[in-house]
Amino acid sequence: MLGQLMFDVLKLTPAHTMSTLVVLGAITDGLGLYEPLIEFAGAGATVPITSFGNALVHGALAELKRDGWIGVVTGIFEVTSAGISAGIIFSFLASLFFKPKG
Amino acid sequence: MLKGYQSWQFENRPVITSTATVVGPEEGRGPLGNTFDIVHEDMRLGQDSWEKAERTMMEEAAKLAVEKAGLTQEKINFFVGGDLMNQIVSSSFSARTLSVPYFGLFGACSTSMESLALAAFIVNSGGADAVLAGTCSHNCTAEKQYRYPTEYGSQKPPTAQYTVTGAGACVVRPQGEGPVIEAATIGRVIDMGMTDPFNMGAAMAPAAVDTIEAHFRDLQRGPEDYDMIVTGDLAAVGKRIADDLFEKHNIDMHKTHFDDCGLMIYDRDKQPVNAGASGCACSAVVTYGHLMNQLRKGELRRILVVATGALLSPLTVQQGESIPCIAHAVSIESTT
Repeated sequence: MLGQLMFDVLKLTPAHTMSTLVVLGAITDGLGLYEPLIEFAGAGATVPITSFGNALVHGALAELKRDGWIGVVTGIFEVTSAGISAGIIFSFLASLFFKPKG
Repeated sequence: MLKGYQSWQFENRPVITSTATVVGPEEGRGPLGNTFDIVHEDMRLGQDSWEKAERTMMEEAAKLAVEKAGLTQEKINFFVGGDLMNQIVSSSFSARTLSVPYFGLFGACSTSMESLALAAFIVNSGGADAVLAGTCSHNCTAEKQYRYPTEYGSQKPPTAQYTVTGAGACVVRPQGEGPVIEAATIGRVIDMGMTDPFNMGAAMAPAAVDTIEAHFRDLQRGPEDYDMIVTGDLAAVGKRIADDLFEKHNIDMHKTHFDDCGLMIYDRDKQPVNAGASGCACSAVVTYGHLMNQLRKGELRRILVVATGALLSPLTVQQGESIPCIAHAVSIESTT
């Protein structure tokens, strides 16, 4: 619903909408508000795309605690690696079988 | 010749001796489906890209118009055309196939009447014996270039318009059988500061009103002098704005039949076209098909076709610029 409002009222493009939601997820987690949101909304808050922002920050914070500052860089991909790798692998597979015409 | 400030009255009355229209499946299913010469069931026309499909339609329409005029390509002195693609490739590549001396125009969706007005001007002044005017657009090429690739499946607001897949062409000659081009008004570029590319009708409406008013002023006419006044592709939102503007300017459009090609070509209740149609081919195929038929039968005596164009580029939209718009009007008279 938030995304639809951003589309229709704020006239944002799909790309802007998606990026904004990721950043929102990241900020909420940074403030420590995302976990309570998951407890309240359950699966609704753990699906993309705000959850991706949440996962990015979550991973970074976890590794920051474990490895120090270098963990901020390595931790970003710790939790999100499944999503990113799946994205790359499935796009590759799709590109083998389909030829987009636009 | 020059009449008033921005209009031409053609004293030699150039004749539209033939017209040809080619459309895609959605247009064929619309209420004007049986007025088109060729209806393609395949959006791609058997080509391997949308762009090639678009120019194939342009070539078909051009060849058919020449054939219907009883001419061969060598007898055509000039081809005046344009389209929506970057560097107007559809028209230029069609001109390559036709191998006819060529004027390339960019007037976005106003190209249909811009090319017809220029063709009439050339013929009226003795500059040619036969001029081919035409334009084309394709739903998928326009979506790809101006918005998002169709396969991306991006959402659209209800104000968005559906680009017509089709091509329209006509042959203009000094003498012959057919409706005559009697006058034309060339529009100014009007920009009211609209920035939403999904609401082009609203951006173009003020340009249409400006050109129609200029036409009335230059030729000292009013709405009552026309059986019908049609705008190019204002669609539902733009047409309503135009109605309001005319009312505000005290021009009684109820004295004529005021309609919009963007609302005529599709059945909006049954077809997924949001606010209505747009695209270069919209006004071209409605004028060269349905309206020409009525002029030839004498059911309409004199009409004013006001093709409207939004002169934006994807880059200017991304940079947040407003959408400049234009409209060109051509008055066509029945001779039967």
